[in-house]
Amino acid sequence: MARDLTPLFQPKGVVVTGVSSHPGKFGFVTLHNLLSCGYEGEVFAVGRPDPEGGTATILDRTVLGSIEALPDGAAELLVVCTPVSANEEIVRTAASRGVRAVFVAAGGYSEAGADGAEAEARLVALADELDLVLAGPNGQGITSPPAGLCAQIVAPYPPRGRIGVASQSGNFVSAFLNYAEQTGVGISRSVSAGNAAATGIADYLEWFADDPETDVGLCYVEGLEDGRDFFERVRSVTPRMPVVVVKGGATSGGQRAAASHTGSLASDDRIFDGMARQAGLVRAPSIEAAFDAAATFATQPLPTGNRVVVLTTAGGWGVVTADAVTAHPDLELTPLPDDLMAAIDSMLPPRWSHNNPVDLAGGETRDTIPELLDLVAGHDGVDAVVQLGLGIQGNTAALTRSGPFHPDHGLERIVDFHERQERRYAEAAVEASATHGKPVLVASELAVAQPDNPMVAAVRAAGRLCYPSADRAVAALGHAARHAAWRRARS
Amino acid sequence: MGTLSEAASRTLVADAGVAVSDWASAADPDAAADAAEAMGLPVVVKLCGDAIAHKTERGLVRLGLGSADDVRAAAADLLAAARPEDGPVELLVSTMVQGDRELIAGMVRDPQFGPCVMLGVGGVLAEAVADVAFRLAPLDRIDAHDLVDDLGAQALLGPFRGQPAVDREVLVDTLCALGALAADDGVASVDLNPLIVVDGRPVAVDALVERTDDGPGTGTA
Repeated sequence: MARDLTPLFQPKGVVVTGVSSHPGKFGFVTLHNLLSCGYEGEVFAVGRPDPEGGTATILDRTVLGSIEALPDGAAELLVVCTPVSANEEIVRTAASRGVRAVFVAAGGYSEAGADGAEAEARLVALADELDLVLAGPNGQGITSPPAGLCAQIVAPYPPRGRIGVASQSGNFVSAFLNYAEQTGVGISRSVSAGNAAATGIADYLEWFADDPETDVGLCYVEGLEDGRDFFERVRSVTPRMPVVVVKGGATSGGQRAAASHTGSLASDDRIFDGMARQAGLVRAPSIEAAFDAAATFATQPLPTGNRVVVLTTAGGWGVVTADAVTAHPDLELTPLPDDLMAAIDSMLPPRWSHNNPVDLAGGETRDTIPELLDLVAGHDGVDAVVQLGLGIQGNTAALTRSGPFHPDHGLERIVDFHERQERRYAEAAVEASATHGKPVLVASELAVAQPDNPMVAAVRAAGRLCYPSADRAVAALGHAARHAAWRRARS
Repeated sequence: MGTLSEAASRTLVADAGVAVSDWASAADPDAAADAAEAMGLPVVVKLCGDAIAHKTERGLVRLGLGSADDVRAAAADLLAAARPEDGPVELLVSTMVQGDRELIAGMVRDPQFGPCVMLGVGGVLAEAVADVAFRLAPLDRIDAHDLVDDLGAQALLGPFRGQPAVDREVLVDTLCALGALAADDGVASVDLNPLIVVDGRPVAVDALVERTDDGPGTGTA
């Protein structure tokens, strides 16, 4: 049974130790972030007492001179920014006041040598004794947008969404949250596991799997204390919740047993890769690709097969994307079924491509793209659609709008038309996906080059990812298709 | 830690469900010739003992022996090549299996993940090509099929140079058998190198089992 991490991610009341008046210190930043992102529970700051004997305030909060002053039952989460030597007593006292979860942001533990390792072991034993959830030490903190909670020594605070992040690198938590900020595909919970002394990546994933706010896990791992245990536990999570993993330190373990050829071919990375595939983990090759994959699981239906149709209004993109789908081991560029071919034929002038990719070749009229999206996504022989070439009209409109002739010469009308059409296309892609329960991925470099393009903005407003390139869309779709096949084979 | 002789290794893996080429043990050249004629010529004759892990490197494998006299002569040579440190030795006679495709499979214990089953493209270039994939043991048939699918050289598993496609079920049997062998903590590693694909059937023509314990038949290599 998964460890209950509710007091960590949905605490009733938070207390921070090590709060000083210096705005550059971790305690101050954590207090600031707790008070700035919409957390509705009570927040307490513990810091040095005012030397004058008066009441110290920081960020308009009264600073408690000691954890002893914390009212009983007022805070469930303790965020520790005090030095190692003070923390055992702080934790013990906090527990006596009703604290149930502790995030130790402070460093100086096992990462800092033998003494630190001993202090860490004592901290773990104490948490065990007091039945506390212990996260960290040496971590950046947590965010939990459903609770309005930003208990971090760093930024950002991400938009709310369905991705649960657990990472052995604090900076990669920030990177994932920054991608969430950039794309609009949000986060349900994030945690920097730090030294993961008592609570590890598998613990977080197990809790995420039962968390109604989380649909997909996204994690970064470097070292696993017990790889077999990780495998067994994650394998029980993935049938319920997809988990995307990036593995750091993917270097060769070199030679093993001399007598065994199998041993000499066994590298850490190959074994991790096989373990990941067997456990149904989605292994991504980079932080960026991992976010793309997680965002896809969080916002698109899982495909029921691997047959992909590429729809495009831009010839070149259609060709290279068809190549990318063909080259992908988990996807098939499906030949167009006869009835679908005939139906498209009846909608378009004869110059369209007559194969997959379906290239409209400029033959579309104002309603063609929405109708075609619905037609293709609705066909039984199609499991997923990649839509390319959108945003062009919006891009043109942007230049027209910013030029010296707008709004005269009939330009206002055409700009409005282009922008309205772009919104329609984006909405049609989302609607076709939702109606038919299939992934429809929209990709354009405009996602990055022109985030306020009405097409890009409309995809984002619908809560979906506008993929910044066709290749990234295909890679993300490949992960989804592989995971779906893994589930099908085992159900 | 010690290795089992090829004969003991073959017995262990075959009992677990691995397809191995026909073979027999023989104590002397006449017995080897009789065994060869009984299983059908041509044959391979090897010198075999618990302390002999790498026969090829020492020239203790004689291939393509087409007559009883050839078998007798080769067997006599091999027995003469035994060294005192080899301990007890015997002859191993097996059918001469021919195929263009070679695979390698095995079981190894990883310090982080425990027992793992490996499948790879075999042959002399195996370690340079390094087209290999792993699964954790034990593995079910679905895992084993996925493992086969993981190899990069899928074309090698289809119809190839006039030979039928590799029988994946036989390969899956072998991979599952390797996974099952991991349940015995005394088995440190298993090498099936190579598996030669004959008429689509991958057959182990050599087997090497390493044991961690000092069970019966364990050498001290």
